[in-house]
Parts: sequence; structure tokens; C-alpha cells
Amino acid sequence: MQMTTSLLQETPTAITSPVTIKVTDLNFFYGSFQGLKNINLDIHEKKVTAFIGPSGCGKSTLLRTMNRMYDLYPGQRAEGKIVYGGRNILEEGVDVNVLRAKVGMVFQKPTPFPMSIYDNIAFGVRLYEKLSKGEMDERVEWALKKAAIWNEVKDKLNKNGLSLSGGQQQRLCIARGVAVKPDVLLLDEPTSALDPISTVKIEELITELKEDYTIVIVTHNMQQAARCSDYTAYMYLGELVEFGETDNIFINPTRKETQDYITGRFG
Amino acid sequence: MRLSKASVKLSAHASAADKVPVSAFGIPARWQDFLFHKITFVFAALVLLVLSGIVVSLVIGAWPALHHFGPGFVTRVEWDPVNDEYGAMIAIAGTLTTSFLALLIAFPVSFGIALFLTEICPPWLKRPLGTAVELLAGVPSIIYGMWGLFIFAPFFAEYVQPLLQDTLGQVPFIGALFQGPMMGIGVLTAGLILSVMIIPFIASVMRDVFDTCPAVLKESAYALGCTRWEVMRKVVLPYTRIGVVGGVMLGLGRALGETMAITFVIGNAHKLSWSLFAAGNSIASTLANEFAEAESGLHMSSLFALGLILFAITFIVLAAAKLMLARLSKAEGTK
Amino acid sequence: MMHANSAGARNPVYRRRLWAHRAGIGLSILAMVVGISFLLWILAVLVINGIGAIDVELFTKTTPGPGSDGGGLLNAIVGSLLMVGVATLISTPIGIFAGLYLAEYGHESRFAQVTRFVTDIMLSAPSIVIGLFVYALYVANVQHFSGWAGSFAIALIAVPVVVRTTDNMLGLVPNSLREAAFALGAPRWKVATLVRLRAVKAGVVTGVLLAVARIAGETAPLLFTALNNQFFSTDMNAPMANLPVVIFQFAMSPYDNWRELAWGGALLITFSVLGLNILSRALMRQTSKN
Repeated sequence: MQMTTSLLQETPTAITSPVTIKVTDLNFFYGSFQGLKNINLDIHEKKVTAFIGPSGCGKSTLLRTMNRMYDLYPGQRAEGKIVYGGRNILEEGVDVNVLRAKVGMVFQKPTPFPMSIYDNIAFGVRLYEKLSKGEMDERVEWALKKAAIWNEVKDKLNKNGLSLSGGQQQRLCIARGVAVKPDVLLLDEPTSALDPISTVKIEELITELKEDYTIVIVTHNMQQAARCSDYTAYMYLGELVEFGETDNIFINPTRKETQDYITGRFG
Repeated sequence: MRLSKASVKLSAHASAADKVPVSAFGIPARWQDFLFHKITFVFAALVLLVLSGIVVSLVIGAWPALHHFGPGFVTRVEWDPVNDEYGAMIAIAGTLTTSFLALLIAFPVSFGIALFLTEICPPWLKRPLGTAVELLAGVPSIIYGMWGLFIFAPFFAEYVQPLLQDTLGQVPFIGALFQGPMMGIGVLTAGLILSVMIIPFIASVMRDVFDTCPAVLKESAYALGCTRWEVMRKVVLPYTRIGVVGGVMLGLGRALGETMAITFVIGNAHKLSWSLFAAGNSIASTLANEFAEAESGLHMSSLFALGLILFAITFIVLAAAKLMLARLSKAEGTK
Repeated sequence: MMHANSAGARNPVYRRRLWAHRAGIGLSILAMVVGISFLLWILAVLVINGIGAIDVELFTKTTPGPGSDGGGLLNAIVGSLLMVGVATLISTPIGIFAGLYLAEYGHESRFAQVTRFVTDIMLSAPSIVIGLFVYALYVANVQHFSGWAGSFAIALIAVPVVVRTTDNMLGLVPNSLREAAFALGAPRWKVATLVRLRAVKAGVVTGVLLAVARIAGETAPLLFTALNNQFFSTDMNAPMANLPVVIFQFAMSPYDNWRELAWGGALLITFSVLGLNILSRALMRQTSKN
């Protein structure tokens, strides 16, 4: 009941900003354990939506339903609707690989592939586009610039991706995700494994990237959500407690639970 | 070359809308994963195919002999190529005796080595010694055979066998094991050489098994004031019991099938005798010595029958060992 | 009043435990010393007896006939190299593909679990039985021994080694790397080969090296497949000379030069095998540093 109230609250904005992903009545199960209960929310186009909440509340689980990453693990299943591109992506006939090419993901732990920096970027592009060497060079440069790492690596594109520092590796992964030109970028705690300086750089990046991409970010750092996002969803124990514009959530939350979490009285 | 933001936005929208996977080797994307599954499946199936092939070919080859001699073939004590009379008992007895002898000696020694490597060894010595043990496990078995024949057997005949005959040989019952001419070669020698050969192997497996015991468990025992030996006996050993048995059986499986280490020194005699000093034969050494020159169909078929029996024994022992080792790793949650 | 326990160096129970401990540790050290001494004895004997045979002739002359003087091991060395080479070429792709299957689909299918189990058993199966199998399958049908049969037999021994190592190595790749590739929309086969297999390249090479080391010293399977050849020949379709069988035949012979050559050959094989093992270890250590 209360969730509907908060949805009604944010409707005025919904008219102006189109919805890219619409989650309706989503339930998620790890075997017999229910990880997500009746989730309803909208991801708005070219805005940053943050999922916050204490450990185990289901925010990563929710994120991973959006690119069907859970498919890799038998025993995990999702019920309900997630509508993207006019289709419910939870349905049977959906081509999961193509979905993932349009809804990209960056992980908590930097995961450069065992190849050169150039090849790391080119890998994803080569899956779906046939580019000439010149075009590929352009795309690699463009992606690395987008991720604000071009100047640091432009002279060593042939070096192995693993030779970069942690913060650089993560920006490389962001560049890799951006290079394939997806609609949506899912970021799963992208800065929790990084030092403060790299964290700041990546937060600045997110603000720039939202001009071109819809971004969903999971973070256990409330202040990061407050700084970077336009919409915030507060989750607890698999339920969506409150969802709305970030300013509203942080300054004037509707639910007491949200208030407790934000003021640090809990979690 | 700089791309304007506008064109980037346009092309970004365009390429996200119509993503089609690139085809590889001219195969459309829909089929790629399917083919990958099937192709790799075929190669994996080859392994199973080989196993079945071995069983089938052994059975086919052994059939004439088994049919001719009946199930009694297994217990028949007779191996006479001249008169075409064959039985498996001599070879089976030799295989089992040498293997069990080998294990009798190899087990405590390997156990001691594994214990040393995991608990007693100073850290700077651990890696070189551990590596040395593993490298020694890779020495080809024919080397052990040659060492056995030329160095160990004469030494054994000159010093050890007289000693054994004078002491244990005088004891009633057991004494029968140590009678007869002391030529150095024989079942006992073969067993000893086999034991030296499988020691590095069993020691390595046991060391890996001991390493699975969690440090916290050992620390709790130390914290109560247990000595190192007590921690080993009362904590590590019970915890890894199944794995130790599995490791020993793995060694047994190896020992049963070993050819070259034994063939040189077992004596190639088609007789069964109580004395360990006597020459004998194992299944593997019979095959090695006689197969190339086997003339009659029955001779060859009997040899195939021996091979079948060996394969069956080894398979059972190794399967049991694997199951035990799997139970251990499931218990510690790694698998 | 504080209750103090009676622990202390003079406590009789403790003294007994201490002696048990010392005895146990002592026995363990004894076992280590005895075990290692025997093994060093063997290696020392090998070097002492074999070093005399190592000279240029060993590598340039072919095996001598019965009663003739001198000679070398050229045909045996070449034959072994040829057969091990062919066996490696056959077994490596089979082993890697089968290992890929086990690593990718091993947790989903019963078949894969059974295959893994069988592979592990084949690792320790008696090699002489493999020789029998190849004989029955091939040699009996074509009515002659050949280098191809010998290569085939030792390839069968090498395959489980490569499968096992590949499977284990692939399993070491962290899930997050696989997921990152999937997240880009890569199809499963590309994730398995271009990302996962590539990440453990060196480990797989190590597996191949270990397989080669294993088959280089195998005698039994060659006894009734390749047999032996007194003369120099590179004809794989005929009986082929090889080091292990030559050593076997020469060692048990009455001729002095034959026995000397046997020791020389044994030395060659042993140090090649040890060298390969050391090389693969160094390779493994190099990659785990990354």
C-alpha cells in the first residue's frame, strides 16, 4: 500500500522523463529462499537511479535481474515482469546475449580480461559490429576518453589490462562497457573496492555518462547515492521500502524506516 | 579524430537498437553455443569410449581362454606354455603379494614423510623438500627396475636375506616365508622395490590431504597445550582419516598395475611358493615377458584374460579410492 | 582462593606425553631420512653408471647388434622423439577440448561428472593394459607393429593428464571474470575460450608438459605396439626403436656394451623427465605471480 503511495508521489516527474525499464511485481528466488518480494519501480531514461540499503537487502539481486545475469546459476529464478524495449525480458524467448549487449554491467571487483588494453575494449565491440581497423581505433579511443582514462593509457594500449592500478582497471571496465554503446549501464558497487581518489573520479564520470546512458547504480554508501543519483530506491530484506527522487528521499522521506536508515539510526 | 557529441548520440541510439551478434566461422550466432556444446561433448565422450573399448577388447581377447578353462581359470595354479595349460593364480598371487608388501612398507614411510612436511619441517626447507618428493614421483619406473636388478638385489642377497633367514626364518609359521635359496631376486625384493617407487606418490597425496585440515582446528588443540605429535594424532589424523585411506588405495592401484619396476627382479617363474625369497610372477610382468612371443591362440588368450583380471582389480581399487577422496573434499566444502 | 592446575614440567602425565611426542617426531624424521636416502641412492647409482655412456657416440650411432661392439642410441632417441611428438599432437587438442567440456558443463550434467570420475581413474590405470588394448584394436588387425600404434598407445595415457589439468585450471578462473564477459553479451563459447581458457593459458601448457614427462618414460605400452627396431628408421608404419624398450632389452642382456648403453639411456630419460617437470613448475610459479 505504502509503495503505491510513493509511486504516486513521483508521477509528476514521470511524465517528463520516459521510462526505460519498468519493473512490475518482481519476485526472485534463490532455491526456496525468496530474495525479492513484489518489487515495482521505474528506471528513467538518461537518469541515475541508485539502490541503497543494508547488506543482504536484495539491491544487487535486483540489479542482476535487469540483465538476466542470474541465468548463469541454476536454482535462481525470477517471476514477474521487467519491461525493456517493449518486451518482458523475463520471458522465455528473449535472446539473452543481445539483451546484455544493450544493458551493460560493471562489477564491484575490476575484471580486466587477460588481453591488452586495446583488446579489452575491442572484445565487446567485435561481438556485434564489424569495424575496420581505423574505425575500431576510433571507437577504442572514444571509449577510453569517455571513461576519463585515455591520457593515462594512450601510450600503452598494447600492455596487458592487468598491469593497471585498481582504479584504472575499474575505469577500463567502464570504458569496456561503454564502448559497445548500450542503452543502460548497470553498476554494481563500482567504487567499493577502490581508494577515495579513484572513487571521486568515477563519481564524476557517472555524472557525465548520464548524458548519454541510463544508469542504475547499487551502492552501500549513502552519501554516494545522495551525490550522484537522480532517483533512489531504499530496500530492506528483499522489499522496496521507498522509491522516489533522491532529494525527496534524503530530505523528506515518507517512511520511518527510510528515515532511520538515512540518519544512521539503523543499518 | 573527434566525433561530435551529436553524431555520437545518434549512432549510440542506432547501434543499441539493432544489435545482431557477429557470426563466427560463417556459423550464425544461434548455432554457435550449440555446436560448442556438441563438439566438446564428443571429445569428452571419447574418454568414456576408450574405457569401454578397453573392457570390450579385453573381454573379446580373453574369451577363448575363459571359455576353455571356465571360471576355474582364476584359481588354477598352472602356467605351462609348452603344454598349453594356463591358470591365473600364480600371476594374481604375485601381483597381490608384491603390492601388499609394497604398501606395508610404503604406508608408514610415506605417512612419516607427509607428517614431516606438514608439521615438523622448518619453513625454509618446506618447499625444496616438497618439490624434491614430487619430482621423485615422476622418475620413470624402469629406473627402479634397473636399480633393483643391478644394485639392490645383490645387496639384498648378500646382507639382508641371510639375516632374515637366521632370525625370522627360525620362527615357526612365519619362518616358512623366508626359506629357500637366497638369490636376491624374488617376490620380496620386487615388493621392496615397488614400495620405494610408490613412496613419493603416496607421500604427496597424503601431504595434500593433511593440508586440508583447517588451521583453526589445529590451533584450538595447540591452545590447550597439546604437543605437536598429539595435534597430529588426535586432530589432523581423525579429520583426514578418509583421505588417508583414499590416498593409500590410490597408491595400491598404482602398485597393482606397475610393470617395469617389478619385471626385472621378480624372477619370471611359473611356480607358486610360500617363501617370499622365491621367484614368482605378477600379471604385469607375465604380460611384459611373454606377450610378444606368444604363439598359440590359447596362450595369447590367457594373457588377455590376465590383463582383464588386472584391469578389473585396479579399476575397483581406484574407484573406491576416488570415492573416498571425494567424500573428504565434500566434507571440507571445496567441491 | 585461586585454583591453579598442576601443569608443569615435573608433572608425570606431562612427562609421558612429552616422550610420546619425541618418539613420534623422531620416527617421522627417520621416515623422511630413510625415504629420501633410498631415492637419492637410486639417482646416484643412475648417474654413476650412466655417465660413462654419455658421449658423442651415444647420439650418433645406432643400437649395436648382438655381440658387436660400441654403438649408440640414435635410432632409439629419434624414435622416442617421434612417437612422443605424435602422441602430444594427438592428445593435446583432445585433452583441452574434453577439459573445456568438463569445466563448462561439468556442474550441470551427470555425464560430465561420470567422465571426470573415469578420467581420474584412467590417470592411474595400468599402462600395460593400454598396450593390450591398442594391440587388440590395431596391431592384430594390420598384422604388424608400428610407430603409429606406439604413439596411439602413449597418447591414450597422456589424454587424462591434459584433461585433468585443463579442467582444474579452468576451475580456478574467478566467477567475476566470466560474468564480466557474459555481461557484454558474449556467447558462452567465447566466454569459455577467449576469456576463461586464455586466462589460464600457462596452466594448460604446464599440463601438456607434465603429460609429455609422463609418457616419455613409459615402457609397458610400447612393448606390444611399437616393439623395437634395431636399425635407424623414421618409418612410423614399421616397428620403431624407442629408448624405454631398448633399455628394457639391453639391461637384461649378457653383453657389457648393451648394459652400458641401457644405463646411458636411463640417465637420458630420467633427466629429460626431471627437466620437463622442473620447467612446468617454473612456468606455474611465473603465472601465479600475476
